[in-house]
Amino acid sequence: MQISGRLELSRRHLLIVGAASLAASSIATPLPAAAQPARTGAPVMTRVSFDVNGETHQLELDTRTTLLDALREHLHLTGTKKGCDHGQCGACTVIVDGRRINSCLTLAVMHQGDEITTIEGLGTPDGLHPLQAAFVEHDGYQCGYCTPGQICSAVAVLAEVKAGIPSHVTADLNAPVRLTNAELRERMSGNICRCGAYSNIAEAISEVAGRSA
Amino acid sequence: MRFEHPATFNPIDQLKVIGHPTSRIEGPLKTTGTAPYAYERHDVVANQAYGCVVGSAIGKGRIAAIDLEAAKAAPGVLAIVTAENAGKLGKGERNAAPLLGGPEIAHYHQAVAIAVASTFEQARAAVQLIRIDYAKGDSKFDLAAVLDTAGTPNPSFGGPADTDIGDFATAFAVAPVQLDATYTTPDQGHAMMEPHASIAAWDGDKLTVWTSNQMIAWGVEDLAKTLGIPKENVRLISPYIGGGFGGKLFLRADVLLAALGARAAGRPVKVALQRPLMFNNTTHRPATIQRIRIGAERDGKITAIGHESWSGNVIGGEPEMAVSQTRLLYAGANRMTATRLAALDLPEGNAMRAPGEASGMMALEIAVDELADKLGIDPVALRITNDTQVDPEHPERHFSQRQLVQCLNEGAARFGWNKRNPKPGQVRDGRWLIGMGVAAAFRNNLVTKSAARVRLDQQGRVTVETDMTDIGTGSYTIIAQTAAEMMGVPLEKVVVRLGDSDFPVSCGSGGQWGGNNSTAGVYAACVKLREAIAQKLGINSEEAVFADGVVRTGNRNVPLAQAAGGGDLVAEDAIEYGDLAKTYQQSTFGAHFVEVGVDADTAEIRVRRMLAVCAAGRILNPKAARSQVIGAMTMGVGAALMEDLVVDKRHGLFITHDLAAYEVPVHADIPHQDMVFLDETDPMSSPMKAKGVAELGICGVAAAVANAVYNATGVRVREYPITLDKLLAQMPEPV
Amino acid sequence: MRSFSYERAASPGAAAAAAASTANAKFIAGGTNLLDLMKLEIETPAHLIDVNDLALDRIEETADGGLRIGALVRNTELAADARVRRDYGVLSRALLAGASGQLRNKATTAGNLLQRTRCPYFYDTNLPCNKRKPGSGCAAIGGFGRQHAVVGASEACIATHPSDMAVAMRVLDAVVETVRPDGTTRSIPIAELHRLPGDSPEIETVLQPGELITAVVLPRPVGGTQAYRKVRDRASYAFALVSVAAIVQPDGTGRVALGGVAHKPWRVEAADAELPRGAKAVTARLLGDAKPTKDNAYKLPLAERTLAAVLRDPRA
Repeated sequence: MQISGRLELSRRHLLIVGAASLAASSIATPLPAAAQPARTGAPVMTRVSFDVNGETHQLELDTRTTLLDALREHLHLTGTKKGCDHGQCGACTVIVDGRRINSCLTLAVMHQGDEITTIEGLGTPDGLHPLQAAFVEHDGYQCGYCTPGQICSAVAVLAEVKAGIPSHVTADLNAPVRLTNAELRERMSGNICRCGAYSNIAEAISEVAGRSA
Repeated sequence: MRFEHPATFNPIDQLKVIGHPTSRIEGPLKTTGTAPYAYERHDVVANQAYGCVVGSAIGKGRIAAIDLEAAKAAPGVLAIVTAENAGKLGKGERNAAPLLGGPEIAHYHQAVAIAVASTFEQARAAVQLIRIDYAKGDSKFDLAAVLDTAGTPNPSFGGPADTDIGDFATAFAVAPVQLDATYTTPDQGHAMMEPHASIAAWDGDKLTVWTSNQMIAWGVEDLAKTLGIPKENVRLISPYIGGGFGGKLFLRADVLLAALGARAAGRPVKVALQRPLMFNNTTHRPATIQRIRIGAERDGKITAIGHESWSGNVIGGEPEMAVSQTRLLYAGANRMTATRLAALDLPEGNAMRAPGEASGMMALEIAVDELADKLGIDPVALRITNDTQVDPEHPERHFSQRQLVQCLNEGAARFGWNKRNPKPGQVRDGRWLIGMGVAAAFRNNLVTKSAARVRLDQQGRVTVETDMTDIGTGSYTIIAQTAAEMMGVPLEKVVVRLGDSDFPVSCGSGGQWGGNNSTAGVYAACVKLREAIAQKLGINSEEAVFADGVVRTGNRNVPLAQAAGGGDLVAEDAIEYGDLAKTYQQSTFGAHFVEVGVDADTAEIRVRRMLAVCAAGRILNPKAARSQVIGAMTMGVGAALMEDLVVDKRHGLFITHDLAAYEVPVHADIPHQDMVFLDETDPMSSPMKAKGVAELGICGVAAAVANAVYNATGVRVREYPITLDKLLAQMPEPV
Repeated sequence: MRSFSYERAASPGAAAAAAASTANAKFIAGGTNLLDLMKLEIETPAHLIDVNDLALDRIEETADGGLRIGALVRNTELAADARVRRDYGVLSRALLAGASGQLRNKATTAGNLLQRTRCPYFYDTNLPCNKRKPGSGCAAIGGFGRQHAVVGASEACIATHPSDMAVAMRVLDAVVETVRPDGTTRSIPIAELHRLPGDSPEIETVLQPGELITAVVLPRPVGGTQAYRKVRDRASYAFALVSVAAIVQPDGTGRVALGGVAHKPWRVEAADAELPRGAKAVTARLLGDAKPTKDNAYKLPLAERTLAAVLRDPRA
């Protein structure tokens, strides 16, 4: 499997099972308790800084701002998509400290000091990540709106399998995890593609994972 | 260009670029998140404010009182628009229910207000402060309960309300084998991944909207009409569309409310419909109740076929034309169809992927399977027995191409149909009961005018501009392929610009008409450009060969770019159709084969294998076309097994109105899908000799799943979706 | 979503104290359920106490050979833990059957237990719901009830508890450890954590205001074959219609709990005793008091058939 430097970083995070992310956030400068909201419902503004695709950003945000809206509306990183805003579609998937999450269901202010990878951090039109190239080659997308989430998820899925994290369809919980077709489809099920490119997406990921679909 | 005679050899037939499985040219943008969708256009206009939409809390009635004070006073709020202060609004030609309700409410979650604020968070909070008192009106929400009131709709897009050939009643009555069954399909949602979204900006009395819309010209017309402004003052821009499936064919509330909000706030405003609002606010595929009667001889020959369908809609809405395919798919001397429409106060029903046929085939192709069972004839063979090469209502009228039999035979061979046990409930694989099902696929090919503009510049680059849209279908790519083939340049030399109302009006994306018509429009424009180039170079365009970036006549080779040496050459034209679609019935055909496993204990249904064989004219790009078909097959699996906009008949809404409650297939539901195109060119359809394909794939597939479930279990379910609760009571005893 | 102030708590005690001293405060950990509900203003806290800095993210062995799972252990970590996979397979299986990979990476052990129902009438704020707005009525009764409770429901509420993990915790006899605003701690058996709806469905657990779950303790492993079978229409990323958590010993004895049938994970200890007599006997005891509707009556045979399948082949 070919992976970029950033992916390598993600994988290391995974191997130390989340401890790193907690350690990182606990040594971050604690934020002052934010002011109480006025009775009128005035926004409570808070400062937060985190790294996105290797670049540090400092933002002053309404506490209500989700990580997704911080990326899209404040940093103008619109590759991460808002499909449902309720954790029901996966279009907003990003990788935070090595783990894929739904960026719509987390507050930006909760990510002080975190390392965030979005689709823009994986590759560019002139320098595609291997998974991006495979999605193009296998036509693993149609309208393109779920695609960044699918690709971010796929990057993380390959790392999860390497890290030995089991899934719902893992036959033996106490044996090493293998990336079978059923494993791939189960693990990608948090990313809905209404256009129905699933069969092609599976082939694209399988190719990058070094298997045939 | 008028297309009035069957196509003969033309530059497209070179197939140097056309017909190749080219990766889609916008792929690098989409896979890197750099293709810009409507809500993301930070680049186009400064100072954008955020709008959030309020949906009606009742199904039908009126607003008794509305209190905006708290919302107006909320932090960051710039404007609130309701029907009271929106000014006089018209209604788009293609909208039945008004997009902004009040005081009359037509349906649940009909938009009644927009709050505009400086930030998204403020707009979302403000809408919760709008207090509305409603008075519920008399209303009807239950299709089955109002069947008696269903009337005869006016002849519509899908055909007349009633058709009657021969003597159906008598022929059915005397038929030795009869099938008479009723099927239901539920309301279904498009559930495209990108919500309806728009950014609206006024410059004086000129309005520009960056939006997500399949039919740019319709949107311009209906927005202008709704706002009461000249359509010359409206510009719509929609280069990338995050899925539509018919849900973005028409002007919707996001566009109108962004425009009204922007006018009120004096700033550009962006709006995306909240996901939980979408299912009731926008359109949906209406539920149907369908009765099918088929009479046959014992050898399987159909002598009588009748199909009746009931659906409901708001006043001004259309029926679901679920009987259309039954007029054309199978032979039989005595035939009838009937379409009835009841007034319902649910949200507006309208087109969703393959309107008419998708629902109709869900029922018809179970009925044929049931008939095969009664006859003891293989369902593939029964379909072949009843093939017709002519329009059964007008036997003098032939199909332009019809390879249904070939699709069935090819599919049966590839799928291993001969291994199917015709007796249900016999095949086991561990905990799974295994079954195979088949269904025909059928969808008409529609031809419609489509225009494009083509430009040659000094670099030898060809730029195509048309308001055609790419909703994931591959329009960018097949248009580029068409221009490259016509102008004799490599694909890299073609630039395609789509989805802008400043460009020539195309057919748009819908009804699987986009691929053939939009490329035919580009073909027409390219023919004109070739003439202009030839004239410029002083050569006879009839003898000129456009290839490898040069124009060749005899021994003379002139670089194409040279023709534009004195300035860009521009040509614009449209394809317009004569009577070939009337002289010949133009349809697309296929066969779906599905294998399911049904858990012997829980009756959970999982699809194990899928194959579609399709014949749909020339396939302009097999990679993109295959994706359209497998995507439609996926949506068909959803229709078969899970998708259900459940009506709460007391409150008058679709209660399953988010993506958790309205289940659509996920990765784990869909196996590897096989898909084969038969060789076909259709000279009657257009100079491209292509036909639609994107909707063919959903027509019939749900029935193939249903038939496979029957073959696995022996339980026949006639009410979609086929869920385990409908099987459990009749499941074979677990071993 | 209403405006709220935000703080990061430094210790469990401080978090509980802050919650008690601040009007309308809520803890936030993974946020996957709370933020969903806040966007719809079903939850409207004025103050959020972020507990993610608390050192509650470890899985430790207890003196009696069990496991203490920190409240902040993410669903993914818990499911992947080698000890859980080896000794508490039912828990690993239940976790992996829930939600999606993305959500499991965020969702915490405590948050999973405290998930609120997925009843669509709870989610639509235009419609009556006693759980969301006490006294407003229950629109689910007489409405779309295919997903709803068949047992333990009331005139006020027929919602189900959506968690898979909690069903496994119930069959494992887990114990929930908490800290209260006054700094005292207590242990609550999982059986007593969740309430039946009765006439106050808005009160879902026995936790007091400000009380913070710090850990979930699993007793020492009980062995046996452990299974979690989740039945749903969609193959993944869907809530259970019915689920069965079971631990079966070689002699045929064991334990069983059901998900998707009640306002809480459903276990009747007397039904466990019927296990050697098979699924029919067990479900008769488990669901003997069931009052299904036309829409959800299928859950009774489904639960029995699912249990039968689990008993026949727990590994399938």
